[in-house]
Amino acid sequence: MAKRVGIEVSLAVAEAAQLANVDVVAAYPITPQTHIVEHLAELVANGELDAAYIPVESEHSAMSACLGSSAVGARTFTATAGQGLELMHEVLYVASSMRLPVVMAVANRALSAPLSVWGDHSDVMAVRDTGWIQIFAENGQEAVDNVLCAFRIGEDPRVLLPVMVHLDGFYLSHMIEPIVFPEPSQVDKFLPLFKYPMPLHPDRPVTMGAFGPPIIYSEAKKAQEVNLEAAREVILQGWDEFGKTFKRYYSPVEQYRSEDAKVLLLTLGSFSETAMTAVDKLRGEGKSVGLVRIRLWRPFPFAELRQAVRNAGVLIVLDRAISFGGPGGPVCSEVRSALYGEDKKPKVIGFVGGLGGRDITPAGFEEIVKKGINIAEKGSENEFEIYGVRE
Amino acid sequence: MTKPEGELTWRDLEIGSIVTEPGNASQYQTGNWRSQRPTYDFRKCIKCGLCQIFCPEGCIEQNADEYFEANLFYCKGCGICARECPTGVVTMVEEEEE
Repeated sequence: MAKRVGIEVSLAVAEAAQLANVDVVAAYPITPQTHIVEHLAELVANGELDAAYIPVESEHSAMSACLGSSAVGARTFTATAGQGLELMHEVLYVASSMRLPVVMAVANRALSAPLSVWGDHSDVMAVRDTGWIQIFAENGQEAVDNVLCAFRIGEDPRVLLPVMVHLDGFYLSHMIEPIVFPEPSQVDKFLPLFKYPMPLHPDRPVTMGAFGPPIIYSEAKKAQEVNLEAAREVILQGWDEFGKTFKRYYSPVEQYRSEDAKVLLLTLGSFSETAMTAVDKLRGEGKSVGLVRIRLWRPFPFAELRQAVRNAGVLIVLDRAISFGGPGGPVCSEVRSALYGEDKKPKVIGFVGGLGGRDITPAGFEEIVKKGINIAEKGSENEFEIYGVRE
Repeated sequence: MTKPEGELTWRDLEIGSIVTEPGNASQYQTGNWRSQRPTYDFRKCIKCGLCQIFCPEGCIEQNADEYFEANLFYCKGCGICARECPTGVVTMVEEEEE
């Protein structure tokens, strides 16, 4: 029987990697992710997880070591956050373009300066285009489940791509939540052994990450893009199989009381649960408000998003990052772009909020909805609004 | 590789652009990077082999008469051989000159 325990989400994420029976963990501690890799180090040291734990000197090295271990065909896990994710930045591209299915939990954190260890999505948005599959968790259970799904999806021979599982720093990483841990035997069935088709091996020499002169680089990038696009189907299959086995179901775009809603909120990550509370309150007052959450950030769920919002009049997007000097929030600009060619589409209003650990309460979401409707009716001089900033 | 690089489509590439043929870097022509080319006055050559040792491309071989000469398929024209030759055998000339 699966057991339900109260546990800090970071520790639960580490135990998900343990359940996945990872072979190698190469990681560097950074707040608010530290407890994940600390717990993994503990599990390895105590002999509870038969894996190589590589303590490295930086996140750049962590991801580099992950490339090597994945390239020999070892199931590889790491975790990071904020500045650590940025220090890995260039190596992230190498993982995806070399098709190495590393799985990484990211405890989302704001970027300096000013120095902030608290949560927002600045780190995610900076690595948006690195070619990784990216999944957002809204609570601890989803983080655990999606770490398992990440291995299944990423290591599928049709995919072979690295996967990030995003969980909000502190809001999720440091919470103690009830988590249902699946039976190891069921996980083993759900996760077939990782078999990299052309691993580094002295008996069958191959060159990985070779020089790509102009005559071949475009072809390499086209192949990479086609591959990430083709992963959509396998992601859906992975979640479907997970649902059949463990009775918890995931979709690229999740909806909450949104079907007939005139006004929709759109969120990513843990703030979605707060927004649901606000939606319930507004629905109780007879207001036609619903919520749409993007779970699959890459590859972007164009079709699912268009379908989910097409009947709404107003779509209010909350970003937890700013694209400085750009169109406001990265999520909002992508949503606008996804809807641009549609005949039937809502008016898209952008808000940025929840930066660097600033809370948005259910009352805050009610206010955002009210302001968003007002902007949709009367317009605004601004491309976007920063919610809750003191003027 | 089964096809020359210029004919490979994106579908022809191995996963992650993995190169499955060991040592195929030897097919890569670096000689077309050259703006200067080495020319030789072998009458001065003492066959000491210093040019071969210094050549960063490793492209200098002994010809039929055992003189040291760059393989122009790979030679990038850096001129190190000309600089190091103790007897002044090698003169670099602009690529467009005859």
